Formats: sequence, structure tokens, C-alpha cells
Amino acid sequence: IGEAVNDTEIDIKDKGVRPLSLAGHVGFDSLPDQLVNKSICQGFCFNILCIGETGIGKSTLMDTLFNTNFENFESSHFEPQVKLRAQTYDLQESNVRLRLTVVNTVGFGDQMNKQESYQPVVDYIDRQFESYLQEELKIKRSLHNYHDSRVHACLYFISPSGHSLKSLDLVTMKKLDSKVNIIPVIAKADTISKSELHKFKIKIMSELVSNGVQIYQFPLDDETVAKVNTTMNGHLPFAVVGSTEEVSVGNKMVKARQYPWGVVQVENENHCDFVKLREMLICVNMEDLREQTHTRHYELYRRCKLEEMGFKDTDPECKPVSLQQTYEAKRQEFLVELQKREDEMRQMFVQRVKEKEAELKEAERELQSRFEHLKRIHADEKATLEEKKRLLDEDQSSFSKRRAAAQLLQAQSLTANGKKDKDRKK
Amino acid sequence: RHEYSELHNRERRELFIRGTDLFGYVGIEAVLDQMRRKTMKSGFEFNIMVVGQSGLGKSTLVNTLFKSKVSRKSCTPNYEEKICKTVKLHSVSHMIEEKGVKMKLTVIDTPGFGDQINNENCWEPIVKYINEQYEKYLREELHVNRKRRIPDSRVHCCIYFLPATGHRLRPIDVEFMKRLGKIVSIVPVIAKADTLTIEERQEFKERIRQDLASNGICIYPQKEYDEDQEEHALNEKIRESIPFAVVGTDKEHQVNGNKVLGRKTKWGIIEVENVAHCEFSHLRDLLVRSHLQDLKEVTHNIHYETYRVRRLNESNVDFSVLGLTPWLLENGTADQSESQL
Repeated sequence: IGEAVNDTEIDIKDKGVRPLSLAGHVGFDSLPDQLVNKSICQGFCFNILCIGETGIGKSTLMDTLFNTNFENFESSHFEPQVKLRAQTYDLQESNVRLRLTVVNTVGFGDQMNKQESYQPVVDYIDRQFESYLQEELKIKRSLHNYHDSRVHACLYFISPSGHSLKSLDLVTMKKLDSKVNIIPVIAKADTISKSELHKFKIKIMSELVSNGVQIYQFPLDDETVAKVNTTMNGHLPFAVVGSTEEVSVGNKMVKARQYPWGVVQVENENHCDFVKLREMLICVNMEDLREQTHTRHYELYRRCKLEEMGFKDTDPECKPVSLQQTYEAKRQEFLVELQKREDEMRQMFVQRVKEKEAELKEAERELQSRFEHLKRIHADEKATLEEKKRLLDEDQSSFSKRRAAAQLLQAQSLTANGKKDKDRKK
Repeated sequence: RHEYSELHNRERRELFIRGTDLFGYVGIEAVLDQMRRKTMKSGFEFNIMVVGQSGLGKSTLVNTLFKSKVSRKSCTPNYEEKICKTVKLHSVSHMIEEKGVKMKLTVIDTPGFGDQINNENCWEPIVKYINEQYEKYLREELHVNRKRRIPDSRVHCCIYFLPATGHRLRPIDVEFMKRLGKIVSIVPVIAKADTLTIEERQEFKERIRQDLASNGICIYPQKEYDEDQEEHALNEKIRESIPFAVVGTDKEHQVNGNKVLGRKTKWGIIEVENVAHCEFSHLRDLLVRSHLQDLKEVTHNIHYETYRVRRLNESNVDFSVLGLTPWLLENGTADQSESQL
């Protein structure tokens, strides 16, 4: 906290900056108002992520918090994987326009194997950071028009078992605590008695501490709110009850849940911590949540990302390296890598072509040899047939010779007989 | 196009934004107070540059604006008004506070400007200084490990002093404002305006406005950056009265039983804060009371961004080429079909 104070405040002990008193009213005391007016024109963005099991009351709590009816879907318990559903609404209260995005987990805690349950949540948060980072690194960028979708507050809904945190809770919160402001809440707190609740809260907080989970602490650096924030820090996690139905209590209509044994009033601080949650989340610390997201969680993400890509502020000799140098080096590396991949691909392609070519050649050769073979068979058969024909021809010719000879013989014999007959007649 | 922004856009398209009515008080408007508290705590920075020939009353005007001895002239011991051989820039910072609002005010003086016999390129040291501040900011912004709050030494406003000749803009005025108008918000003022009658003043201003328009000089508030109708109407009124004719002083006199800031002459007392006498109040209202934050935002969102685009293009730095995509592919969390590598 000490660091934060020094970093964001202008250092009065800055060398060469002397305090000076003014002889009269100058008028720059209107600066905060000028700033606020500009923000009013631009509007505010606030993004809440609700993590909790199906049916634990996330949507109801959001409706109750913002006094409205968001579009709610009842989810099934049979989702194969955890998903996130984000919805954005434009709200207005007097002259303040708020663009609120509510992100709910769908199917959290329903799977048989919950080992990877936290991953889609982490991915979603990272994607919003990534989106902002990409916008920030663009050459032509428009950051002040950018719809900031980074998650400012994460409400983690704890099941009101009354005993302790589930291991899923611990694992998930541990994965998220360096990425987002976590505010744990005990859901459906009307199922726990007051004494059990007190023990439950202590158990939860000690488990969080012993597991090294960093949840969001309401800031204590501003005197105006330090006192109320300190008190509230002691009430964490908030035990909440949500309801949009109204019940008549006394002569007023209040938001409540009606049971045969009594009425649980949402806004009654004796019944649950709903009012405290609303105070802390919206009325007192919304701006701090946004600031922490930007200056701490986003900066951490950005730093890690850039370091991963090889960017550094100083080189091994601790001389400052300009981004340009690093960028050029990275670019060279990238181009070399790209070239290598291209070469590999080309080689592979050439290889494949060769293989295919060989295959085709082989097939062609085979085809050719088959053709030759057939041709030979064909020729053989032709030769055989020709031989047969020749024999047949020979036969035929010898037959006709013999026939001719026989005919001659017959003719001769006839003529000879005729002559004999003639001779006898004489 | 990036895989990430594709996925992100797809997610965003899935959600529809609609106006939702609140059934009762939530407390959203408390965010205004939260913001006010935070800015009061962290304080403000404002850097103002004064440019003009010696003797035009730059130091006096700045002192009058901020009702204290903020100018270099008043702060430097053994100060002697010398004509510098070249244009030098000096900056002096002070911490001032009013009703709990803390401001680090830096005044950048430019002695020697327009004082030489040959004033060609006298704007160059000034252009260099302004760009150096943008460069400093850019470097810090590009650091991997960067400060929570980047120290802002960028020039938010440049007051250019025109001598009250009554005629038109001189070549040095045109050259300077043409060049600087592209990189910083210029507010021209007519200095020592008590030498002009009201009619002379009006004509002078009209001619100056014509000269500004005909030379394509961009001064603050720039028409292109008016965000809405309301702002446009307000700024049009300001544009119609620029340049403000000012008189500066730190001496007080008694007028009608009141103590007023004024210059006493044999023919009367010129009341600096009297709008019938001079336009100092308008200038102060513009610079301090109504448009200070706007000056800073124009510097940050427009002038600085222009510089940044130019610098990144010059160095051929385009992060999208490097692709934040290899990480995406390695992690395998994005839809493979969207991969473009």
C-alpha cells in the first residue's frame, strides 16, 4: 500500500518542485469537477465475473444488487465443460451512465472431473487483458473509446455448507488471485444459523490465508473511507441472500424471501450482509476496483506477456535496451523462424512431389510391362492362328489337288469306257 | 486480423446491450465521488509554455494567471533580462494547492524567441523540446516494467504572445503557429492590450482570425475535436473571441473601495479582471477554470498519439507483425480453425 501511495501521488519532495502559496483564488480547484464531467460524458464501464456452482444464486444476486431484471437463463447441470456467458447492459442512475458487463460461469462444479474447471475462467480473463494489450500496442489506437472488458471484480460464490471451502474453491481462487480482484461471498446465507456463520467465516478466511490466496482488500489509504473499509474487511466473506420478490413487512414492501417460519429480509443487516456487499462493491470501491485491475493485474499480465516474447528493459549488462532494439532483434528472429518454416514446408512439399512422382513412374512402368506382356501374348496367339491357317490352307490345297486328280481320273476312266463301248459297237 | 480479437469480437457480438431500467436506488452515482477523491489524492500536473519576444509581459501574465510568482523571472535570483543569442528553454515547477486540490505547475519559458536579427528557424528548439517530452513519455509507456503513473512533462498548452501592433500577423507569427499548431495546442493572446482601443482591438482580432484561417493554422480549441453539440457551441463562442487581448499585473489598487488587480496610469486604472477593460478573465477561465482538463486530454489523446504513430512508423515497429499469436498457438486455447499462421 505504501508503494502505491508514492507511485500515484505527485512526489512533493521532487527535486526542484517547491510549494508556492497563492495570493488569491485562481480557480483550478474545479479540476476534479472538470475531470468528473468528462467522465460523465464518456460513461463508465464495470465488469463483474460471478463464479459459482449452478443454482447457487449468481443471477439472482446480480438482479438484487442492481435492482433490475437481467436476462437470465436457467442452466442445466449437464454441461460437459465450464463455459462463460457474458452480457452487457447500459444502466443509468441520475447522470451517470454505466456500461455493466455481467459474466457468469455456466456448469461450474457440475462435471465429474473438475480438474480443468478453472481453465475457461482464467482464459476468459486473459483474453480480455490480451484484447486491451493488443489495442494498446496498435499503431493507430483509440484507447479512450475502447470498451474496456477487463474483469474488475470477481464474486466467488461459496456453497453454504457451514464447514469449509471445497478444494475446487481453493484451486480456482488460487489460480485467479493474481489476475483479478476476488471478493468471496457465502451464497444462500439464509441456510446457515448465525453462530455457524461466524465459525464458517473464520474457517474460510483462515483456509484462504493458509493456502496463500490473495483476496481483494478494501483500500485503507484514503482517510475518508479507511474506517468503513477496515470494518468491512473484517466481515469478509459477505454472507448474502438474493431476492427480487417483495414481501410486505410492517407497512413497507421489502425485498425478501418468505418462509413458513419467517421472512428473510435482503436489506436487513441483521439478516445478511447484502447491504455491506452493495456498499463495498458499488458505492465505495468501484473506482478502486477498476484502478487495481488496470494498474496491478493488467500491468502484471502485460509484463509477463512482453517478457515471454523476449522484451526486456535492460540487456544482460544492465544497460537500458530500447524497445526498438528488442523489437528489431525479435523481428529478425521471427523472420528467420518464418523463413525456416517456409523452407521446411517447401522441402516437405518437394519431397512429397518426388515421392508421388516415383509412385506414378512405378505405376507407369508396371502398366507398360503389362502392355508389353499382353502384346506378346497377342502376337503369340496371332502366330499360332496364322500357323493354323497355313495348315488349313495347305490342307485345303492338297485336298483340292487330290480332288482335281480324282476328277481327272474319273474323267479319264469315263472316256476310256466310252472308247471301249465305241469299239464294241463297231 | 488477430485470433484473439476475432474470438473477443465474437463474444461481444453474442451479447446484446440494452438499456435497463433500475427499479430503485443502487448507488452507481457514488462513483463520481470516488473518482473525485482519487484525483484529489493523486494530484494533477499541468505544463504551460509561453512563447513570445522579450518585453511582451509573458512572465507577468503567468504570474497573474496563477496569482503567485511562478515564472522563472520571479524565481531565479539575480535574474537579468539579457537578450539570448539563441532560443533557450527553461522550465520551472511549483506545487500549488487550492481547496485541497494539488497541482504541479510547470512553466516553460522561451527566452530569445523572436529577439534575434535573423529569426529563421527560431521555432526549432521549441519543436525539439516538445517532441522530446513526447519521446520521454513514449519510452516510459513502452517499458516492460513501467511506473504506475507515468510522469507527464508534455506541453499541455502553448501561449503565444502577439504584440499589439493593431495590424496583422507577422511572418514569424505565421511560421511559428503553422508549425507548432500541428504538435501542440496553441492559445494566441494579444499582449499588452492596453495600447489598443476597443475598436482597434476588435479589428485587430478580426484580421488575425482571417490570417489564421487563410494560413491553415490550427489553434485551440480545434474544431475537429468537438465531441458533441454542446461542446461545439461552447467552443465556437471561444473561437469567435480568440485571440484574447490581455493585460497582466501583480499590483493591486483601490477602485471604488475594492482591492483590484490593475495597472495604474495617468489616465486611469486598467482593471485586469474587469471584462470591460481586457479579456484576461476569459483567458483565465478558459485555461484554468473550464478547459484545463480538456487541454490535457487533447494533448494526450491527439497530439501525443500523432507523435506516437509517426515514431512507430518511422522505426517500423508493428507489434501485430510479431504477432502475439505464437503464444496463442502454443497454448492451443483458441479455435484452431481461426489460426492464420
